[in-house]
Amino acid sequence: MTAEHSATGGRPVGRVRFMDAQRVNLDGFAVEDAGLGLVAMRSPYDPEPGLVIRDGRVVEMDGVPEDRFDSLDAYIARHGLDLAVAQEAMGLSDVAFARMLVSPDVPRSEIVRLTAGATPAKLARVLALLRPPELCQAMTKMRARRTPSNQAHVTNRLDDPLLLAADAATAAAFGFREVETTVPVLADAPSNAVACLIGAAAGAQGVLIQCSVEEALELELGMRGLTSYAETVSLYGTEQVFTDGDDTPWSKAFLTSAYASRGMKMRVSSGAGAEVLMAGADGKSMLYLESRCVALARAIGAQGVQNGGIDGASVAAAVPCGLRELMAENLMVMMRNLESCSGNDALMSESDMRRTSRTLPIVLAGSDFMFSGFGSIQRYDNMFGPSNFNAEDIDDFLAMQRDWGVDGGLRTVAAGRIAELRREAAQMCRAVYQHLGLADFTDDHVERAVDAAGSKDLGETDTLAVVSAAQAIRDGALTVVDVVAALDETGYEAAAERIVAMTAQRLAGDYLQTSAIFDERLRVLSLVTDPNDYAGPGTGFEPSPERQAEIDAIRQARGVEDLRAEQATAAVPLLAVAGPAGGGDGARGGGPGLDPREVVIGVSPAVGRDVWRCLSGLTVPEVLAELLAGLEEEGCTARVVRFNDTVDLGRIGLAAARLAGSGIGIGLQGKGTALIHRRDLAPLANLELYSVAPAVTPELYRLLGANAARHAKGGTPDPARNPYTDEAIEARYHTTVIALMALERAWVKPGAPPEELSLDGLR
Amino acid sequence: MTEVRALSGRPVGELTLEAVRRGEIGLEDLRIHPDTLERQAAIAEEHANPQLAGNLRRAAELTRLGDEEVLAIYAALRPGRATPAELTALADSLAGRGLPRCAALVAEAAEVYACRGLSA
Repeated sequence: MTAEHSATGGRPVGRVRFMDAQRVNLDGFAVEDAGLGLVAMRSPYDPEPGLVIRDGRVVEMDGVPEDRFDSLDAYIARHGLDLAVAQEAMGLSDVAFARMLVSPDVPRSEIVRLTAGATPAKLARVLALLRPPELCQAMTKMRARRTPSNQAHVTNRLDDPLLLAADAATAAAFGFREVETTVPVLADAPSNAVACLIGAAAGAQGVLIQCSVEEALELELGMRGLTSYAETVSLYGTEQVFTDGDDTPWSKAFLTSAYASRGMKMRVSSGAGAEVLMAGADGKSMLYLESRCVALARAIGAQGVQNGGIDGASVAAAVPCGLRELMAENLMVMMRNLESCSGNDALMSESDMRRTSRTLPIVLAGSDFMFSGFGSIQRYDNMFGPSNFNAEDIDDFLAMQRDWGVDGGLRTVAAGRIAELRREAAQMCRAVYQHLGLADFTDDHVERAVDAAGSKDLGETDTLAVVSAAQAIRDGALTVVDVVAALDETGYEAAAERIVAMTAQRLAGDYLQTSAIFDERLRVLSLVTDPNDYAGPGTGFEPSPERQAEIDAIRQARGVEDLRAEQATAAVPLLAVAGPAGGGDGARGGGPGLDPREVVIGVSPAVGRDVWRCLSGLTVPEVLAELLAGLEEEGCTARVVRFNDTVDLGRIGLAAARLAGSGIGIGLQGKGTALIHRRDLAPLANLELYSVAPAVTPELYRLLGANAARHAKGGTPDPARNPYTDEAIEARYHTTVIALMALERAWVKPGAPPEELSLDGLR
Repeated sequence: MTEVRALSGRPVGELTLEAVRRGEIGLEDLRIHPDTLERQAAIAEEHANPQLAGNLRRAAELTRLGDEEVLAIYAALRPGRATPAELTALADSLAGRGLPRCAALVAEAAEVYACRGLSA
């Protein structure tokens, strides 16, 4: 029994029970165990880097002689290494190589040249030396494409085509340049591909579509032009697991060429944890095994790699340095001069902090695709399993982009525009399905798909209709031309034109180059056309001013004018000026009131003008009515006086006290902050203060009024307590406070006298 | 630069909505031409990726085969599917039909599979 348990007889103390109940403790954490491959960066069983070349042929690699090469070694040794630089690369010390990665003075091309001669073990050793900020620095330099981008998952539990179309349009509008779909029911795949093709075309030009299914079917959909890329061509780091996956390096190399022969972009998929999960890691570290995968990806001629854990991300996350390892995998791909699609596509923790911690460094550094599937739909609709970020997190991600001033590939879309695009996409999809005799959908179904936040909002749907539509697409050997013709004939000429233009662009083959995407004007951005030229501060990718404005303009941002308009909606014809504010009892023109039971409520300059609603949501007249009622209950009289020469609540309260017959004043700012003051106190002192304006209730304002009266009568009331909250109250209200104070400040006139306001309508 | 053509020979500029309306566009008009792949291979080579170039050149060869044959070759290369002799015969057949790069890939597979127990 540990000491922490002993104090309470076997049960942890409350502090520990409280910690145990936090969500992070739902995650599994593994003891590092090299034997099982549960080790991130370096295992004692990893081989020593080494390369022996004889007569232009690799005869030993990473400690393994040629006659003992497994099939991965054999493929990498024959095709994956540039033997002309191998000696130079292998001769570099690990530290020297690692420093080159970080130094802005060493260009990307030099690292690429040297990496081509580095064996898998060498690269793993080098990358194990980089600390997290160094990984970020290296990734900023090494990614192939200058402009970062992002990929979305678009799926739902029902494979509902109208919802898929609406969600693909939404994803395209948000800025995702690739949309990946998959199916809970394999037979639905052709329907999903068609629905996403149509929807994405409604949302934006140039979005690449993938339908991740069994390889033969995926290739077939691509051959018919219904999809435009593939990425679930899996590689594994050991021969045993590779073979269990029913492939060899040669079959994968052939498949890679098969995709290219049909003009389809393709990347392979690997990542930490896959071998561990299959109990086939041979005691090797995750980073070393992945280094073999990435070397093989380059060797077979794939243009890119999806890695960074993928399905095994939580395996890496369970061991020490696991997140470092995931990022190092991505960097390794970039060093091999390949496109990186950087994972972040599996929910790796129940903790919001851990999953953010996993993703943030990659967003800051920038990758070809920061997510190999940001779940653009809700978690429950993600048929890949929940991604690390999902529809629940889109606003968070947009805020993160803005916070750090980085381009994560997404943008804000106006609510009205989302509605329009979803409607257009759902209607287009229905029209095409009807025109091609695939399925008939009702108006109600369209409306539900437009409005749905997820498939649970669709109600009962006919899932058999989807299966038969998919069957009809397959049996009829429908191609993208049929979809284009159907769109055209049902009145959606613009979308038809878009798909034709993209299909034609694909024939130019430029998008088969490394890291290629289409931008919204159908220009290819790739290693070739948009190479990363980062060389330290002041170089490399910077969002254009237009793009920066897009990143900055999240829909929640508010300015002073927004607030002025919002305040105006609460304006009422009360609080008119009743006259100059001298003493009470008719002694106008100077000196305090004479009634010892008189309390003055001083209000700030914009009250009754531009400011009508407090942060709590109560209106200013409602608050004044409560204060007056509290004073009255205790037998005091009151006046309301507006002070025009200051916004400072202490000075307002003190000035009010000095006007009051009792010498007690209440200060109230339009935002709702309130205090009790006495005429002989210093300005910054007070008797009672409500500083947390958003949380003050009517009852508390009434109590403040009553307590002011008790002070006026010479009593010592129990002070009212500030309401406290565990919410991020400052985050929520500070921008509003700044705008409210700007409205107040605008009415300040130095030397302007106070005015008494009418109490009509306040009691 | 020469005009990009589809596998059918139709210039890409003729792939328009009008042509779709006239019913002129078939599957061959949507497929990439081997010359295009060869051109892209040269670009990949210039951009420090000879392996990608090699892949695109194999792809250029494969444009000559039908979908079913492509899938059949893929199936034959999966582990335990074909004997070394079958793979060698496949390689010879590809070489004989003017697909030397694909033939070399299959021939190499035959050799390594035999050593590593990956043959049928």
